[in-house]
Amino acid sequence: MERILPFLSLLSRRRFLETAGAASLAMTSRPASAEAAAEPVSMHNVTLTVNGRRHALDLDPRTTLLDALREHLGLTGTKKGCDQGQCGACTVIVNGQRINSCLTLAVMHTGDEITTIEGLEEDGNLHPMQAAFVRHDGLQCGYCTPGQICSAVALLAEHKAGWPSYATADVATAPVLTDAEIAERMSGNICRCSAYANIVSAIREVAEGGRT
Amino acid sequence: MKPFHYERAKSVASACASATDPTSKFIAGGTNLLDLMKLQIETPAHLVDIGPLPIADIEETAEGGLRIGARVTNSVLAADMQVRRRYPVLSQAILAGASMQLRNKATTGGNLLQRTRCAYFYDTTKPCNKRTPGSGCAALAGLNRMNAVIGVSNDCIAAHGSDMAVAMAALDARVETVAADGATRTIPIDALYRPPGNTPHIETVLAPGELIKSVLLPPPPPGRQLYRKVRDRASYAFALVSVAAIVAREGDRVSAARVAFGGISYKPWRSAEAEAVLVGAPATRASFDAAGRAALKDAHGYGSNDFKIPLARRTLRTVLADATGVI
Repeated sequence: MERILPFLSLLSRRRFLETAGAASLAMTSRPASAEAAAEPVSMHNVTLTVNGRRHALDLDPRTTLLDALREHLGLTGTKKGCDQGQCGACTVIVNGQRINSCLTLAVMHTGDEITTIEGLEEDGNLHPMQAAFVRHDGLQCGYCTPGQICSAVALLAEHKAGWPSYATADVATAPVLTDAEIAERMSGNICRCSAYANIVSAIREVAEGGRT
Repeated sequence: MKPFHYERAKSVASACASATDPTSKFIAGGTNLLDLMKLQIETPAHLVDIGPLPIADIEETAEGGLRIGARVTNSVLAADMQVRRRYPVLSQAILAGASMQLRNKATTGGNLLQRTRCAYFYDTTKPCNKRTPGSGCAALAGLNRMNAVIGVSNDCIAAHGSDMAVAMAALDARVETVAADGATRTIPIDALYRPPGNTPHIETVLAPGELIKSVLLPPPPPGRQLYRKVRDRASYAFALVSVAAIVAREGDRVSAARVAFGGISYKPWRSAEAEAVLVGAPATRASFDAAGRAALKDAHGYGSNDFKIPLARRTLRTVLADATGVI
């Protein structure tokens, strides 16, 4: 253990993933499917603005936003779960609204402002929602967590704008953010470890203005 | 996903012209189309992205209703204050569907044109007349718990998955389209969908290249509006059965009624039969039961979905009781 620890301190998990990600980028910068080899596809110039930085990419139009983020930009915080819009692990924030990045094409997002989990921290400090998830133990394996946190950040903005949900008894009124409201609004994010109770606690704490 | 040519639409006219070829598809939110393209159930050679088109506004009409642009997202439509105050059944229905992430991408036009979630339509190893015309229907004798019980055929028992469309059917919504030759038409939502018959692969009356530009809502009818969805879990699941109702009561009697069901047919199922029973009838559970029997009299179960018929009747009774304050 002692021999492993210095290694860990020198090469954090994140650094390791970044290095591994860069290595795999070289292999996956073109679509690796057999179809691509069989039929030539026209590549598209796409400019994506992610976490405030502009990136010019040359993409097969089939590339989903999720694959563009992970495989082309090395932003592996956004996770691929089901790849069919059911689990929410790929949730990112586009122009202030949360979406499933697996069910949209990167070419459709030129000019959009995209925020991923990597873009939430400020000056090296965790976003309040990230800190609340840590404090409330709102995760176990952590795979769904980036999507949960992006979703929760957008949820607060939607609630602030007075948007109703299916849990809102009278849709003509501005709803109070009860636990039932939080649960309904987070139903697009599945957690196989079932950390739901603590996820709701974390979101409620941030909604109520901070640490309780 | 099969390779395709991608085009960003420059105008409504150019988008329609580009999409007249049967191998072309419009893409708006893409939440259903891209899912099907990944499975190679949809294999368009040409995708026309209507994202740049100026059809994403909600405006009041001269007759006192609303015109909803086809690109208005489900979440924006559900949160619109006019809709929430005057058409609450539409907000409720939209909010009952999918997840927030999906509603933020899914559009009004796309929601209407979403394809069925029949498990055999999705399973490319099984016969499906909708996916592969003439191959047969595996759902007829299969696991058809989610399938339709009314208005369908022995070639296809797929159900339409939209919640939004059920509320729109109750609200007498009309769909405004434009074709490649510039011709426009207005189609009542009930006439947008074609019965499956022996051509279940042809789902709507729209011609290739014909684009839904907007949905028109007439002024809201009198009465209390309610949407109730019954499903396998409390959120983020397709309907087993749903009911949109708009009911007015004068004294002890029902004075006006609109009833539409979701989850039971190839389209949002407006029930003139139930409405005829209700109008003028005493506002009692007996009347509501009679309306349910009238609505489902031609329904037919296929085994695993037999339960939908009594469930639809009971859901209607509950919604009508809630809407009229009958205990």
